Amino acid sequence: MSDKKTLIEVKGLKKYFPVKKGLFNKTPSYVKAVDDVSFTINKGETLGLVGESGCGKTTTGRTIIKLYEPTDGQIIYDGVDIAKFNEKQMIPYRRKMQMIFQDPYASLNPRMTVGDIISEPIMIHNLMDKKAAQERVQYLLNRVGLNSEHANRYPHEFSGGQRQRIGIARALAVEPEFIIADEPISALDVSIQAQVVNMLEDLQEDLELTYLFVAHDLSMVKHISTRIGVMYLGKMVELAESNELYSKPLHPYTQALLSAIPIPDPDEAASKKRIVLEGEIPSPIDPPKGCRFAGRCKYATEKCREVTPELKDVGGGHMVACHLYDK
Amino acid sequence: MEKEKLLEIRNLKTSFYTHVGEVKAVGGVSIDLNKGEAIGIVGESGSGKSITMMSLMGLLSENGKIIDGEIIFEGRDLAKLSEEEMQKIRGNEIGMIFQDPMTSLNPVLTIGDQLMEPLIKHKKMSKKEAWDRAVQMLSLVGIPSPESRMKQYPHEFSGGMRQRVMIAMALACEPKLLIADEPTTALDVTIQAQILELMKELKDKINTSIILITHDLGVVADVCDRINVMYGGLVAETGSTRDIFYRPKHPYTWGLLKSIPNPKKDEKERLKPIEGQPPDLLKPPVGCPFADRCEYAMKICMQQRPPLFEVGEGHKAACWLNHPDAPKVEPPVGRGETNE
Ligand SMILES: Nc1ncnc2c1ncn2[C@@H]1O[C@H](COP(=O)(O)OP(=O)(O)OP(=O)(O)O)[C@@H](O)[C@H]1O
Ligand SMILES: Nc1ncnc2c1ncn2[C@@H]1O[C@H](COP(=O)(O)OP(=O)(O)O)[C@@H](O)[C@H]1O
Ligand code: SF4
Ligand code: SF4
Ligand SMILES: [Mg+2]
Ligand SMILES: [Mg+2]
Repeated sequence: MSDKKTLIEVKGLKKYFPVKKGLFNKTPSYVKAVDDVSFTINKGETLGLVGESGCGKTTTGRTIIKLYEPTDGQIIYDGVDIAKFNEKQMIPYRRKMQMIFQDPYASLNPRMTVGDIISEPIMIHNLMDKKAAQERVQYLLNRVGLNSEHANRYPHEFSGGQRQRIGIARALAVEPEFIIADEPISALDVSIQAQVVNMLEDLQEDLELTYLFVAHDLSMVKHISTRIGVMYLGKMVELAESNELYSKPLHPYTQALLSAIPIPDPDEAASKKRIVLEGEIPSPIDPPKGCRFAGRCKYATEKCREVTPELKDVGGGHMVACHLYDK
Repeated sequence: MEKEKLLEIRNLKTSFYTHVGEVKAVGGVSIDLNKGEAIGIVGESGSGKSITMMSLMGLLSENGKIIDGEIIFEGRDLAKLSEEEMQKIRGNEIGMIFQDPMTSLNPVLTIGDQLMEPLIKHKKMSKKEAWDRAVQMLSLVGIPSPESRMKQYPHEFSGGMRQRVMIAMALACEPKLLIADEPTTALDVTIQAQILELMKELKDKINTSIILITHDLGVVADVCDRINVMYGGLVAETGSTRDIFYRPKHPYTWGLLKSIPNPKKDEKERLKPIEGQPPDLLKPPVGCPFADRCEYAMKICMQQRPPLFEVGEGHKAACWLNHPDAPKVEPPVGRGETNE
């Protein structure tokens, strides 16, 4: 990938959720789910997003495609800032950006046939007449490795892997450019995971798709991603090309995260040194100032507790937010 | 090395009777476990891993029944014990951890009450003794300020902490056997690492035997001494962890190992999934259950179920390729090592 054209540029993105405290509490508190995050996604690439549960991966994805209203920041899609667009202005973008969900069981309407599930977005966007839509459904079913007859069946008649294919066919129905896949394989068996990942890779190549891929299986994220962003408590703490990130993690949190991956090789597992992180991820409600990892970081200094480290390029596009790399 | 047996499952068969017929969930499974040993059970969903364990614990649902086989635990056949007798063993001699700690903890009881209950019931401890022991267990599993945590309810704990409470509870009575069914699947890798380290410690320090059910081959490689690979309600292959990873002898094991990405490799290799679907346990195939997904299948595979061939010391594989008359096949994975 030599010509890196930016598809999406996110600048200073914030998403705060208000939390209800006691009845007589005057100052409202916020869950700072995404707190001043900036990054770019290039055309045709897969950006992986990893981090502990609750760190803001899903919220980041959903805010970019404006399923959530951003609290602050810019979302520049193909040169246009859509952050403050209203529903009407968003219509053309709703088609370009689609989402694949984690749970293939919950995300499909059980009372609709597979054909209707897949063609629904086409109808919503008024893209073609019923007959053409049916033809497109046939094409899509074949594209994701299902049969044309499957169009008349209901979701419960399919296995988890097949349902995930149906979800993917639905996302592809309106010819999107950008797809957010939020834990698309977590609910599937290992051998089925490989089928779905291969399919996502083929589709990306044939249809020139750009992916944001969220997952907690770090080996799979490395396999599928061009670049990977690591999030911690609402912040992007490191972002690099995927081989670079795995071979040369800079942020102490990334180092701990990668050392915790179970290696499917008994000899290597026995010789591997694991950095076991003490404690848990702190609450994102009114998080501490300074570096948010300071409470669990063995390198933390006074400065870390006072000054929030900025995400900076330390060479070759490898970005890290940590005072250890201040010049 | 003198090894003492703790558990011996012999030819276990368990079925469910449903409105569409008999589901043969477990079709004749044998598993051995020594004292102080950790074994893994791997295999895709529906292969019978959990039902094997439920049979052992006497926790099958109404429509489920053990049809045949023995489950010898310390000289007693658990398959023949009454529910009353099993209650004395569950949560006492055998501890359990399940995948979803929220459904296994009682939401209206404090963590402390739930930890103390089995100690008072099984170990006949006084309230004071049980309290002290429970606090001790919570700190053992790494819960900070355990005294004040005792008075909290499950919803006040994070997912990782609830899972550690489950482990504390499973271990409070110092069971001889700990059964963990997908204990870390829902957890983050960092928390998973904490739990796995804890399980290894228990095995080494208090000689607990562990059965770990998981679909994560990385987890078994790290924790287990031996592995049982299950497929279609049967054991497909059993051996030491190094046997299974470095010299596997069953095409299903090969398929499993090929389908996972190698985080060590820099260049991107395409993943190799196992195509096709697992067998329908309503009408299990007469021959090898893996036959219609197996690229090496021969005529005999469709007609006769392969026995567990002894392919090395303590290493067995249920595949006709290991018959002396079968054609020689080069395994696509492993290190091509022969048996030690
Ligand atoms: N609708 C909402 N209202 C209030 N808080 C929310 C909402 N959605 C998410 N949050 C909070 O925002 C934070 C980030 O959540 P998010 O779902 O983005 O996490 P995640 O990184 O995707 O985690 P996981 O790996 O568990 O899916 C969490 O603290 C979560 O509790
Ligand atoms: N209560 C039940 N009634 C009928 N069939 C069941 C029941 N519980 C499990 N089964 C079937 O038994 C087989 C083995 O299930 P299980 O042991 O849960 O698999 P896993 O290996 O995923 O743990 C599956 O085919 C499953 O559908
Ligand atoms: S900024 Fe300080 S506390 Fe934060 S990760 Fe770097 S060294 Fe640790
Ligand atoms: S017995 Fe036959 S079908 Fe079964 S795994 Fe071996 S070669 Fe394949
Ligand atoms: Mg999420
Ligand atoms: Mg199970």
